Amino acid sequence: MIEARDLGVSRGGLPVLTGLSFTLGAGEALILRGPNGSGKTTLLRTLAGLQPPLHGELICDLDEIAYGAHADGLKPTLTVAENLQFWAKVFGVVTITPALAALDLQALRDRPAGGLSAGQKRRLSLARLMVTGRRVWVLDEPTVSLDGTSVALFAAMVQGHLNSGGAAIMATHIDLGVAGRVLDLAPFRATSAAYVADEGGFL
Amino acid sequence: MSALLLRDLRLALRAGGGFGLGLAFFLIVTVMVPFSVGPTPETLAVIAPGVLWLGALLACLLSLDRVLALDWEDGSLDLLATAPVPLEAVVSIKALAHWLTTGLPLVLAAPLLGVLLNLPAPGYLWITLSLLIGTPALSVIGTFGAALTVGLKRGGLLLSLLVMPLYVPVLIFGAEVARRGASHLPLEAPLLMLAGLTLGTIALMPFASAAVLRVNLR
Repeated sequence: MIEARDLGVSRGGLPVLTGLSFTLGAGEALILRGPNGSGKTTLLRTLAGLQPPLHGELICDLDEIAYGAHADGLKPTLTVAENLQFWAKVFGVVTITPALAALDLQALRDRPAGGLSAGQKRRLSLARLMVTGRRVWVLDEPTVSLDGTSVALFAAMVQGHLNSGGAAIMATHIDLGVAGRVLDLAPFRATSAAYVADEGGFL
Repeated sequence: MSALLLRDLRLALRAGGGFGLGLAFFLIVTVMVPFSVGPTPETLAVIAPGVLWLGALLACLLSLDRVLALDWEDGSLDLLATAPVPLEAVVSIKALAHWLTTGLPLVLAAPLLGVLLNLPAPGYLWITLSLLIGTPALSVIGTFGAALTVGLKRGGLLLSLLVMPLYVPVLIFGAEVARRGASHLPLEAPLLMLAGLTLGTIALMPFASAAVLRVNLR
């Protein structure tokens, strides 16, 4: 579902990763590892289509990808259900009930998102993935501020997604218990610090 | 798309959404003008159309940094950019939501505030009409400015400086329609220019806004 060949990505004009090749098929999970600043977020943003690759080839259908960013992307004055309902409508998904159930959010349904704890916000943000209806989840540090129980809920949600023919690529430092290949980004670190002009201009 | 519009309207109307900000500013400016230039009815009647237009424009400018900055800060702009909605549509909806929550209340308030400035009788129709035609351009141009400055912390100053020159033609022709309308002069030419500006910006600006937004999101 995603195939990268000799991929290079840059952040702010500086190359951070180079020569990266991997494939991700249906039902597979790919876990990115690497120290801070090694380019995990940059790679994930490239996969999500938010920035063009520096060089190499990236074969993926952007309409298949659901991006889960580091930030929660919630509106504090909307309730939990309203936040989720909005994304469900944007992605054309009918019901939010399975998403609420998957991360145990039913009890918080009518609470404003601004009043949730950091872990609850994170759960709501992850529940958004379920209402995208997309097959490839691209996740940046999905388990930040989650407690043990919530991590287990999230792992079950990811496993369910994989079992139904989806795929996931995520940057995470903890062991989720989801069967998946681990890709260490350290060997692909770009060594030349030469500034590369951002080509492609406005388009 | 309608979901995005409804969400933005709902956010604007809820606590802290900044719905009343532009309207309150407009009210304050027009109420203060008689104190600063003196209460002579003849003087006020002459400057009323221009003051109302300037007040509306500044009120619009004041609320621009909310158009995209809030969505940028909480990360939902990234998510919207990866959603199955073209970015051109996202910025158009954002501009429409801004107009509905800021521009439209100004249009409706202008004739009421005209009373405070002793606006001549035929002027009421034309100040309302010129603002109705002109304020959408202010929202669309303003959204472009917001897209340009979206990644900047406290980008409000830069945003005002960038948007100001683009607002000038709208202000010139809008105020001219209102002035001529108030004094029974032919106003076809500035009215057509104003309508042309609005239609032109609505047609072209979303593409520019989406293009700079894509660059800023990298």
